[in-house]
Amino acid sequence: MNWLLSKVEELSGENLYACYQCGKCSAGCPMANEMDLLPNQVILLVIRGDEGVVDAKTPWVCAQCYQCGVRCPKNVDITKIMEALRLIKLRKNLDHIKLEKVKKNLPQIALVSATRKYTG
Amino acid sequence: MARRIGVFVCHCGVNIAGVVDVERVAEELRKYPGVAFATTYQYMCSDPGQNLIRQKIEEENLDAVIIAACSPTMHEETFRNVCKEFFNPYRCEMANIREQCSWVHDGEEATEKAIKLVKATVEKLRGNEDLMPIFVPVEKKCLVIGGGIAGIQAALDIADAGYKVILVEKEASIGGRMAQLSETFPTLDCSQCILTPKMVAVARHPNIKLMAYSEVIDISGYVGNFDVKILKKPRYVDEDACTVCGDCEKACPVIIPNEFDMEKKPRKAIYIPFPQAVPSTYTIDREACLGLAPLTCAQCKDACEANAINYDMQPKIVEEKVGAIIVATGYDLYDKNKLVEYGYGEDDDIITSLEFERMLSASGPTGGIIIKPSTGKVPKKVVFIQCAGSRDKQHMPYCSSICCMYTAKHALLYKHHVPDGEAYIFYIDIRATGKNYEEFIARVMEEERINYVRGKVAKIYREGDKIVVWGVDTLTGKKVEIKADLVVLAMAIVGRKETKEIAKLLKVAVDDGNFLKESHPKLKPVEALSRGIYFAGCAQSPKDIPAAVAQASAAASKVLAIFSKDKLEKDPLIAVVDEDRCSGCGVCVSVCPYGAMQRQPNGKAKCIEALCEGCGTCAAACPSNNIEMRNYKDEQIEKMIEVIV
Amino acid sequence: MSFEPKIVAFLCNWCAYAGADMAGTSRLKYPANVVPIKVMCSGRVDPEFIIDAFEKGADGVFIGGCHPGDCHYVNGNYRTRRRVKMMKKLLEEMGINPKRLRLEWVSATEGQKFSRVIEDFVNEIKELGPSPWRK
Repeated sequence: MNWLLSKVEELSGENLYACYQCGKCSAGCPMANEMDLLPNQVILLVIRGDEGVVDAKTPWVCAQCYQCGVRCPKNVDITKIMEALRLIKLRKNLDHIKLEKVKKNLPQIALVSATRKYTG
Repeated sequence: MARRIGVFVCHCGVNIAGVVDVERVAEELRKYPGVAFATTYQYMCSDPGQNLIRQKIEEENLDAVIIAACSPTMHEETFRNVCKEFFNPYRCEMANIREQCSWVHDGEEATEKAIKLVKATVEKLRGNEDLMPIFVPVEKKCLVIGGGIAGIQAALDIADAGYKVILVEKEASIGGRMAQLSETFPTLDCSQCILTPKMVAVARHPNIKLMAYSEVIDISGYVGNFDVKILKKPRYVDEDACTVCGDCEKACPVIIPNEFDMEKKPRKAIYIPFPQAVPSTYTIDREACLGLAPLTCAQCKDACEANAINYDMQPKIVEEKVGAIIVATGYDLYDKNKLVEYGYGEDDDIITSLEFERMLSASGPTGGIIIKPSTGKVPKKVVFIQCAGSRDKQHMPYCSSICCMYTAKHALLYKHHVPDGEAYIFYIDIRATGKNYEEFIARVMEEERINYVRGKVAKIYREGDKIVVWGVDTLTGKKVEIKADLVVLAMAIVGRKETKEIAKLLKVAVDDGNFLKESHPKLKPVEALSRGIYFAGCAQSPKDIPAAVAQASAAASKVLAIFSKDKLEKDPLIAVVDEDRCSGCGVCVSVCPYGAMQRQPNGKAKCIEALCEGCGTCAAACPSNNIEMRNYKDEQIEKMIEVIV
Repeated sequence: MSFEPKIVAFLCNWCAYAGADMAGTSRLKYPANVVPIKVMCSGRVDPEFIIDAFEKGADGVFIGGCHPGDCHYVNGNYRTRRRVKMMKKLLEEMGINPKRLRLEWVSATEGQKFSRVIEDFVNEIKELGPSPWRK
């Protein structure tokens, strides 16, 4: 098993191989139009071990609304997979953005992840 | 009980003799109590080998034999047939010294084990009883439950072979789901046109007793000897007298939805579900009728010139004795109200596949014209959604098997009706495994230019005049939003709830989808675990018409095999209860998978010989050690243990 | 002389016995300490047989049945599973190491598995030494 898949499965607790690529998660995702990869594509790329997925926008655009997980016919909680990908990225401890430059336009998810990062 | 046992040790060429010292085995056995004779031979299974056994039985006056050779699955029958010429075949046993000895062990220890195996077999043989096959009488009449295409086919096959059939149908007419369909894939024959002749054949067949508008309410007994109670519901119309003139229907003031048309077309309280119904007669819907008791309306009776209407008709319970039962209770669609994301299917313009079938039918609610139900106009954009409730852990996890095909047919028929219309089919995978099915799908895609979109729809909702469909095209990776006029849901198929009730009467298991559980998923797909009960059609699993018909004929052939004999022969290795010592605790009754252990009126258990398969679970469970397995008795096994240890 | 355990094996007719035959057909060697008794179903194995075998001096008892869900008699193997669980506790109380009783699912095609589990079981019993009940 590739390291990405095992890490994502470890962090999310989900079996990605359960996914049969019906795309219902992507069809119902309110943020899908803003994503560079659709949620179902993210799952397949993780299975294939494509590390580019870690740098994709999708996990950060995810609003954690749980629509995908609730409706998934195979009971895969995609929200948890997105969270796992964010954690993998965060654990690299890279700072891309000088916070003082963002100030007002701070995205909501940044607050969520900042809380996670600094309060552990 | 065997007193003079002969032991024949086979060399099997070098297969056994190359490892096991066969002469020593024979020598050791000669000394063993009960053994009168022992010898070895090159190939016991050969003709000279078999003749050697015959010769020695006579010369040495043997009354039982043991063949120490290969696995009993290979040659037990061969040697028992030889022994049958002299004594009861259960006086012949085999000791497996090849597969479970010479082939897996070496040298001295192989010989030692072979000796133990043969000695243990001697102990088993000494405890064997002489057994005769059990014979069970057969009532050569079959009950078929369900009058859809599967039930019809099974009934006709058995009746054509010359045996009596009782065909019970719950609804007012036989025909089932197939009668509701417009055209059938992949050939597009008209469903009614190919079904009606079979329905008429059932009605006319001298060997078929058709009991429509009836329900099976009780079943007891076992293979060859079932006692069945059938409730004949009152139609309040004399089936034979009714001429189907329709005057009563015109007179009836009550208008309600017709179930046959998926409640999309009206009918009266006195009705015939569809014009080709069999039996061809009107029926009064007791629930809808303005008043049977007390009589308040009576307009139909006044209108009936044939004087066929009788308000005093009573329910009748008919008792029948049958030898075999075929369950062909068919399917229902999954409840569309459970599909939250598809608007609970409540919108007029979101319909099920069967509703669309009725719409396509010339005798259906719209006379065969496709409309957008909310406006009555022709829909210019139709979205078909496959796997609605199927392959979904939140609904039904299995594939409903026929939706890919009928959805393709629906799209094709839609394009034939509305050539300038656009059709979209949302699918996850296309399963077209039947004969000419893939070709049909290809034809629909290529010639009708249907837009197949690979993805599951997440949500549908109304926006003004349109139904908005949210999907994704997983192949292009783009989200898809379609504003449709009509949405057709290819609903999951589930076994009918009545199947569960019938299964309970038959003591047969059903799964989560209400489908009957077959005896073996591959090798016994039409048999129930209990002998004499068979399945046909969608009652067992979702299937298309050819598969349902094939299964029905398969079930019929199983029934005919039973009817071909006057008495059923059965392996006598079954359980026997010592009634004197039975405390009546009922443990055996609860553990028996075949319902063979039954409690008698005196509270004591009894093994129904015809049902017992001889597994021995009851014998192991009996707390007072009162159940013995014939020729696998506790005493025999304990003696074998002693020899081995 | 090294300790050679005596082991009684109850094999169901449809799966484990056929699996043992398959081991033979495939010539997969295993220790000869195990002597089989064929029963129609593993569900036939009365707990008394197990006690009886130990009492008569067996060092181990092996039960081979069909895989869960594959029982020729529907659910006999589930009953066996429960009985074995119960028997293991009972044996422990009676001074017999519960490891001396082993239940394995062996299908008719699993000759390899049969040979492997027998070898494993024999080695295990060898490590445990002679049964304390052995006369």
